[in-house]
Amino acid sequence: MRIYPEKPKNVYFFGTCLVDMAYPDAGMAGIRLLEREGLRVVYPQDQSCCGQPAYNSGYMDEAREVARKQLDSFPRDWPIIVPSGSCAGMMHRHYPKLFEGDPDYFRAKAFSNRVFELTEFLVRVCGIRLADKGAPVTVTWHSSCHAMREMGIIGICKDLIGQLENVTLVELEKEYECCGFGGTFSVKQPEISAAMVRDKAEAAFRTGAQVLLTADCGCLMNITGALDRMGLAMTGKHIAEFIWERTNG
Amino acid sequence: MAKAFDFKANVNKALADQQLRGNFAAAMGGFVLKRRALLSDPEETERLRAAVRAIRRRTLAKLPKLLQKLEENCTKNGIHVHWAETTDEANALVLSILRSHNATRLVKGKSMVSEEMHLNHFLEAHGIEVAETDLGEFIIQLAGEPPSHIIVPAVHKNRRQVGEIFHQHLPDTPLTEDIPELNAIARKTLRRKYMEADAGLSGVNFAVAETGTLCLVENEGNGRMCTTAPPLHIAVAGIEKVIEKLEDIHPVYRLLTASATGQLITTYFNMITSPRRKGERDGPDEIHLILLDNGRSDILADPELRQTLQCIRCGSCLNHCPVYTRIGGHAYGHVYPGPIGKILTPQMVGLDEAGKLTTASSLCNACEEVCPAMIPIPDLLRRLRSELNAPSGEGTVRGHGAGRSCTEAAVWKGWQLVNTTPKLNELATRMAGLLGDRLPAVGPLGAWMSARTRPKLARKSLHRRCREEGVDDV
Repeated sequence: MRIYPEKPKNVYFFGTCLVDMAYPDAGMAGIRLLEREGLRVVYPQDQSCCGQPAYNSGYMDEAREVARKQLDSFPRDWPIIVPSGSCAGMMHRHYPKLFEGDPDYFRAKAFSNRVFELTEFLVRVCGIRLADKGAPVTVTWHSSCHAMREMGIIGICKDLIGQLENVTLVELEKEYECCGFGGTFSVKQPEISAAMVRDKAEAAFRTGAQVLLTADCGCLMNITGALDRMGLAMTGKHIAEFIWERTNG
Repeated sequence: MAKAFDFKANVNKALADQQLRGNFAAAMGGFVLKRRALLSDPEETERLRAAVRAIRRRTLAKLPKLLQKLEENCTKNGIHVHWAETTDEANALVLSILRSHNATRLVKGKSMVSEEMHLNHFLEAHGIEVAETDLGEFIIQLAGEPPSHIIVPAVHKNRRQVGEIFHQHLPDTPLTEDIPELNAIARKTLRRKYMEADAGLSGVNFAVAETGTLCLVENEGNGRMCTTAPPLHIAVAGIEKVIEKLEDIHPVYRLLTASATGQLITTYFNMITSPRRKGERDGPDEIHLILLDNGRSDILADPELRQTLQCIRCGSCLNHCPVYTRIGGHAYGHVYPGPIGKILTPQMVGLDEAGKLTTASSLCNACEEVCPAMIPIPDLLRRLRSELNAPSGEGTVRGHGAGRSCTEAAVWKGWQLVNTTPKLNELATRMAGLLGDRLPAVGPLGAWMSARTRPKLARKSLHRRCREEGVDDV
């Protein structure tokens, strides 16, 4: 069980490379949500990627050097908030392993303790309360693997959605099954990945919900890409962007 | 000899087979629900898993000593113990034991190690008649196929397909898909086999060092028939199957059955400690135990990879794997499929032969989440991937470096450079935003777009938005 700190004055925001390139709206929404909770958010411009793509592909040296760059880019003793279960899992759970036997091991260990996924930080540390200003809508939820199994935040995300008065959450069949993205998995095993994401997109569409929510932009890109390709009219959104839109009137 | 292993072709064939995919989705979904129902208290489950892991780790830490003790106690009990370093040696041992008894008809209980040895082919080539007696194994033996799952070998067949196999391969058998009727057909055929067999062969779930006892976990009673009806019993086991004490069995057995089939206990739990003693009414006159290494010592020697041997062969990682569920066991092309197969097979046969298997995982962690022995399968996959891509001279697993591609290595070096040089990163992100929708759909993008539309990249990166919208830098 994780022990959470008191609400601090300053936090760092780690945008993740995918948010940076493809979903900056989700990133900005995360930053604005934190600011609305009275925090000063710092976004170090030197940051890049958590290193997971290389780490999962077995290129450990390359992963470590990119990870080291992040250790350098977030020097102060502030919490590091990440709008992605997968990247948060990488930095929180895997950095100590990645730096085993490295002079930076203890620095990495201290860093990993400062990493929080955005929704868990908003709920557990900020005690956020949401006032829904949006029109009634039905949504479904995809539990990204690492948000669920590495960060253990699915309950938190659903509680957050539950705070939104006009939002109805319908269950996604096999919610806990991987969508088939897996970073380079979708490239190395495109056929298996395609079979997985098609099943996921179909299941999402079958719920009849208007919006699919998730705490991970990798899954989001994967599933919405498949929905589009299959001609299934359904929107996908990162949970931060969805919450920000509905509560910012 | 079998054709060279072509994983991609296997995958495509499996994915195109709608019947197969339906059978797997249904069966695996059932196992997942049964396990969940039985292990409904997460805290209790975690306690059990920690206990099983501790037992397995302790066992592996003193494996040579325990094996010695097992041999001593088995011998004391009248069980003959043999050692085989390779599958060839193990096969030769089985054959020589059978020959020394003039045995030509063998009944077999389910044993993955015997599959690892390709024992049936070997014995049949030497004139021994081999009859599989586990219902699933019986079905696939008739169909001429290898198992598709570690514990449910014929899981890829539905009852209609089983009915057809019986009708085709068993004389005077009408076509039916009625399950009680199918059971009766199998029972009738197998009863005769038990009566006529000269020898029985089984696997071993736990070989207890403390007492020299061989334990067999099963539901059908065929294992008991194979090990008690014929006058000769041969047991084959991987060297990691040893367990230190009788009291270690309980938590492991508890989680084995819960993880495998969602059962609290199985119908049968056999404990075989000696051949038939004077005055006893059944049991074989002679028991042989063959302990097979086949690369396990090498796996044991590596402190990280050693965790592979914590496996108790419950098959739970298969049941919960989104990849296995879609392609089935045969696509893996080797004896052990699914997540455990992906780490075990490349270590046994070499990364040059089976390294490709390590790429068939999205690292979703579902396997690790359910593994009763808490094997960190995703971590071990990453380790094997790094060995697969290792530059020449680096790495310890056989066949390391076999997947090394200079292009790929250069791509990752470039990725490293971009992600450690902020100005370059900024430039690359901007270029991607500007040119992303004009890049030709080849390589990774082509693979991606086989099932999805082109990713939409932002014109303004988050880096830039933060600068423009006044978010503090350092």
